[in-house]
Amino acid sequence: MENTNSNQNLNSFQKQKNKEEMKKQLISFTLMIVLTLIAFAIVAMGAIEKIYVIPLLIVLAVIQVGFQFYYFMHMKDKDHGMPATIIYGGVWAALLTLAGLGVVSWW
Amino acid sequence: MNHDHTLNPETMPQEPEKATLEGKNKFLGLWFFLGGETVLFASLFGTFVALRNSTAGGPTSQEMFGLGLVFIMTVLLLTSSLTSVYAIYHMKNNNFKLMQLWLGITGLLGLGFLSLEIYEFAHYITDYGFTFRSSAFGSAFYTLVGFHGGHVIFGVSWLITLLIRNAKRGLNLYNAPKFYIFSLYWHFIDVVWVFVFTVVYLMGKVG
Repeated sequence: MENTNSNQNLNSFQKQKNKEEMKKQLISFTLMIVLTLIAFAIVAMGAIEKIYVIPLLIVLAVIQVGFQFYYFMHMKDKDHGMPATIIYGGVWAALLTLAGLGVVSWW
Repeated sequence: MNHDHTLNPETMPQEPEKATLEGKNKFLGLWFFLGGETVLFASLFGTFVALRNSTAGGPTSQEMFGLGLVFIMTVLLLTSSLTSVYAIYHMKNNNFKLMQLWLGITGLLGLGFLSLEIYEFAHYITDYGFTFRSSAFGSAFYTLVGFHGGHVIFGVSWLITLLIRNAKRGLNLYNAPKFYIFSLYWHFIDVVWVFVFTVVYLMGKVG
């Protein structure tokens, strides 16, 4: 509230912010481990039919990769418009590549 | 501010990795590189999926793959991703010693992952006679998984070089971007591994 804060105070504010950020990272990590466990458990138990398992595994992988990009690699933070554009551009080209390979393999 | 000077809490910018033009360029440059890597790995994955049933009478993925080993490898690599997040957390708090410590742990976990992968390949080659030349499936498998492993080797070497080269410099605006973009690269290796364990091992077990 007063702007006579010393650098020390500013620093402790920043440290608190970093700490809260780290808490979010730990939650992301826990969720990623849970997603991995679910994926392995589905395959190990073999309870679900094959045609459903593969799309389900891909969805689990995409969610986990989302956590990796948005939290671990900070794509959710401000000033990350350009990285997001570059990566989605890469993903778009990757999907075209996969579609192309799919067409020549199975058409 | 002269960026050769070691940072102290009073002069530390909030994002030391992007405080200089060079840092900003390194940051964007690495993201461009990762965008390209996405396409490169997509073509390897596409090739693998197209060829994964072309076993030419040799061993199939269902016969060979063990989920236990792959799970341990996954946990090692995912944990190393978290430890590099810790390293960057300490970098932002300007704690060079703890950053070095967590980067060291990251490197050790990476080496653990690599030893398991080497063990895995040796196991396939000696116990199943499954090599790069066995079948189209063999070529596609070793190209994709080996290329990922090659990225891990490169990452560990990069990390060791960074740690040795900057051991006595302390954290400054010159080397903060270097550590930061290493962590981005390392996370990307884990992104690729998520698809490797899903597409190669889990989908291979399902059939």
